[in-house]
Amino acid sequence: MRETTGGPTTPTATSGGITRRTVLKGAGATLGAAAFAAAASPLLSTREDHSFEEFIQTHYQELTDEQLARVLERLEEEALEDYGAKVTIRDHRPLAGVKFGYAISLSRCNGNAKCVEACHKENNHDRATKQSYIRVLELPKGTTNMDEGRVTYDHAVPAPDKYYMPVQCLQCDNPPCVDVCPVEATWKERDGIVVVDYNWCIGCRYCEAACPYHARRFNWKKPEIPADEINPFQSYLSNRIRPQGVVEKCHFCLHRTREGKAPACMEACPTGARVFGNLLDPDSEIRFILENKRVFVLKEELGTKPSLYYFFDA
Amino acid sequence: MRLQAFGLRVSAVPRGTLVLLSIALSSCDGTHHRPQVVASNLPAARSSTLYPITIAPSPPAPRVFVETANGPAPVPCGTCHRTREPDRDLRSSEGLEEFHQGLVYAHGERTCVSCHEPGGYDRLRLADGASIEFSDVIQLCSQCHGTQARDYQAGVHGGWTGHWDLRSGPRVRNHCVHCHDPHSPAFPKMLPTFRPIDRFLYESGREGQE
Repeated sequence: MRETTGGPTTPTATSGGITRRTVLKGAGATLGAAAFAAAASPLLSTREDHSFEEFIQTHYQELTDEQLARVLERLEEEALEDYGAKVTIRDHRPLAGVKFGYAISLSRCNGNAKCVEACHKENNHDRATKQSYIRVLELPKGTTNMDEGRVTYDHAVPAPDKYYMPVQCLQCDNPPCVDVCPVEATWKERDGIVVVDYNWCIGCRYCEAACPYHARRFNWKKPEIPADEINPFQSYLSNRIRPQGVVEKCHFCLHRTREGKAPACMEACPTGARVFGNLLDPDSEIRFILENKRVFVLKEELGTKPSLYYFFDA
Repeated sequence: MRLQAFGLRVSAVPRGTLVLLSIALSSCDGTHHRPQVVASNLPAARSSTLYPITIAPSPPAPRVFVETANGPAPVPCGTCHRTREPDRDLRSSEGLEEFHQGLVYAHGERTCVSCHEPGGYDRLRLADGASIEFSDVIQLCSQCHGTQARDYQAGVHGGWTGHWDLRSGPRVRNHCVHCHDPHSPAFPKMLPTFRPIDRFLYESGREGQE
């Protein structure tokens, strides 16, 4: 029953009828209330009109068509409200008979990073952090160990005795990131693309830690993009503007590629180093690469079975 | 989806095998997918015929600018060369006094007339003496650069824009001279303009340092 704080322990030390105990209790209650208010503030600042719908939204794969249509409509409204941008968010499904493959010629890539920029713009990344799904590694000749790569080089390319390796999600057939997700917010689709339901992700970042290629990104803050720079052609599983606190990754521009178009990074490449196509089509360009070039995959020994291949050629 | 690069004729082989494969796959596909899709969310329909692959037009035949009373005027090569005897041993622009000074030539030990038609400078010449249009230069390049020509024919050399899936839309491919200067064909050095921010270097004020 005694105050155990330091100083002379005089339980009846009074000052105008207020005991030390009362003062401490009052101070504690005030601090407690302030701490609670601070902790609860994200809840208080959530969007009033959408928060409930967002809260009860189920997993992408369990949405009925009607629910999905409502979700897409709500997300379009949010983009207009938050960013002042009129966007179209669709739900692109995998094409039958298609499994995507990508190959990059490291002989032709010169590290100019136009792909990084194209990804940044296409996929509505936060402008200030210059986020992108692609990193171009500058590597010393003589090694394919990506951990020796540097991304912040800033000089004319290609530099002598260096070569350049763009790394993005390799869309593994045995993806460790999918295995570790505790809520199944990420999965592999039947055309080979590993996708994330940004509204189901809890932001634990296990997948980011599990990926041996550092291909996943975490949204530390709410992306900030001027309205006139927002790419309005969006898809639920790809380039719609992501909320804060969720993980995202390269999705082979599925909003483009599932419409038959080339991914943005490929169209932007000025050296023609990138080859994209359908692995199930024996006449495709990507199959020509696999059959005629000496391709390799990153960290093959891990057994991840990537769908993105690298090769050297003339 | 093979391409006839030689002569710029473009044809696409129908992909019957792909159609069969897709039927087989869709019938044995056990993964979850909804029977109906919201109409506004349907991607553009895939056509049963293939859209064409075209090669972006090469730049028009070169012109030399000649000073006139009304300023510089473009003049076809043949205007001057018709009246002059070609120097069949010339291998660089060095020593030229009237035209083509400063032309950087870094393409092996060829002479000018290895590629230019001495009988009519508005055309090009193949190794066997055949005369071709400037726009058919892919044939000329392919004489020596066989590996690249094979890859180009297979569609894996030189960038393109448009569709990987020719049942959804067309594709436009680059021409040799869109990326390579015929007189100095090595791909030029570039300065990367979009640089990533390294969070750790950036926050400690050491941005850009290695």
